[in-house]
Amino acid sequence: MAVAKLCGIETEYGVVLRGAADPNPVLASSMLINGYVDDHRVGWDFEDESPATDARGFARQGAQPPDIETHLVNAVLTNGARYYVDHAHPEYSSPECSDALQAVLYDKAGERILARSMQAARRILGDGQEIVVYKNNSDGKGNSYGCHENYLVDRTVSFVRLVRNLIPWFVTRQIYCGAGKVGGENGSDNIGFQITQRADFFEEEVGLETTLKRPIINTRDEPHADPHKYRRLHVIVGDANLCEVSTLLKVGTTAICLAMIEDDFMSKDFTLASAVPAMRAVSHDVSLRESLQLADGSTATPIEIQWEYLTQARKYADEFGLAVCGGDTVGKLVLDRWEQTLNALETNFTSLDGVLDWVTKYQLLKAYADRDNLEWTDPKLKLLDLQYHDVRPDKSLFERLVAAGKVERVTDETSVQNAMKEPPPTTRAYFRGTVLKRWPDSVVAANWDSLVLDVGVEPLRRIPMMEPTRGTEDHVGALLSSVRTPRELLDRLQG
Amino acid sequence: MPEREQIRKPTPQKRDEQVAETAAPTETSEKLKSDLDDLLDEIDSVLETNAEEFVRSYVQKGGE
Repeated sequence: MAVAKLCGIETEYGVVLRGAADPNPVLASSMLINGYVDDHRVGWDFEDESPATDARGFARQGAQPPDIETHLVNAVLTNGARYYVDHAHPEYSSPECSDALQAVLYDKAGERILARSMQAARRILGDGQEIVVYKNNSDGKGNSYGCHENYLVDRTVSFVRLVRNLIPWFVTRQIYCGAGKVGGENGSDNIGFQITQRADFFEEEVGLETTLKRPIINTRDEPHADPHKYRRLHVIVGDANLCEVSTLLKVGTTAICLAMIEDDFMSKDFTLASAVPAMRAVSHDVSLRESLQLADGSTATPIEIQWEYLTQARKYADEFGLAVCGGDTVGKLVLDRWEQTLNALETNFTSLDGVLDWVTKYQLLKAYADRDNLEWTDPKLKLLDLQYHDVRPDKSLFERLVAAGKVERVTDETSVQNAMKEPPPTTRAYFRGTVLKRWPDSVVAANWDSLVLDVGVEPLRRIPMMEPTRGTEDHVGALLSSVRTPRELLDRLQG
Repeated sequence: MPEREQIRKPTPQKRDEQVAETAAPTETSEKLKSDLDDLLDEIDSVLETNAEEFVRSYVQKGGE
């Protein structure tokens, strides 16, 4: 049965250290995070990390499980997020959110945290040095870094059913999730502009890796929650988005799709004849007209397949309701925006300028190219592409468009600023963030599913948080405001 | 697929907007063009210099 679609977005940012003899990206990432959390740092606790566990119940021979880099900078923020150095990138993992709109808010808060970090790093950098971060997923030279989504899924649902329904889903949702890219990589030649940053990097349908031979379905089985009850679906196919509507649709529609799969509501099978090439084909077809071959011999365009999913979702909402997908407000908002978006993509996609990232970038770059008579291969257009994602407010082309009133927002800036500090009230992130804010000196370590507190007497105490839907403001708000010390909190929790 | 046909119909509200847009084409399109020109000029003012070198030097390590 469908469980509440708690979700979160992890973003690895591109990072550059300018003006340094050794432009070491690990050092640059560490400086950013140290700069931001100078006041207070709580260490991340690695006890429950097991990224090599495979959802299919085995580990493939030769599969490369990701390493956990415990020596790198790692911090927990009062909004419940994790902010750390992953490989050679600063990564912001949003707190657990209870719906797509909240996920947009905490994703945007992450951008502001990175912008603040760049400012903070200036204080410790030498003359003429600057750290710049980009919220994109590729350097245009065959190197990609991810923006991963996570969704809470019922453990009893067979992984095979998830895979069958999700592969065509991930291939076709690109038409509104893409962040747009000039050129092709990893063997994709003669591409002027394509819909996504990431499609060129997927080489398998299903697998455990995330850094090589990337699979459309990632099988990492690390629930960070009660493993008998839950699965955490780790989605690696998405682009990092700047347009809030793109993020809302990416997370919101995927949550509804997952709920339908969990409730075994999908009555149609859209299995593609060849999903890996289809991934690229969809991204490369800005006309959105090219048909995909399905395994049953029929053909359909990505828009047609998305209409079918939407039709099913409307029926699902009527029969089951959308309580697990943000309820009547957010769930319904997502359905309506999804429908409007498909209509627009079909009739006049340019009307989505300022709504979806790829269309916004495409329209901007087209206008620029038309004015100066440039080809897609011109470095100037590649620069515009890159600088669209620059996180510095004064340099970001995306932020210029926002300032010019050309981008639709679904959050407001006051809420975003608040979300940099305050946790979502509706998930266990509330407990994590609030305890950290109240007693920063007593929180020795934290991770997704526990907190370790120093209550003044030996030993250190671990508070398990295996249920992501508990620890909310409704659940523990009154308790937290009624206790004065961590020790009192522990006593009350155990009493 | 009758349900799909139903879903795909544009809402009446949208049709009204389209009619309104076509009613005064010249003024609107000239205003849009001048807005766009201003925006492109503004973008020129913030673009990094030496596009070729800048793009070439943007190299990242793979992540994830």
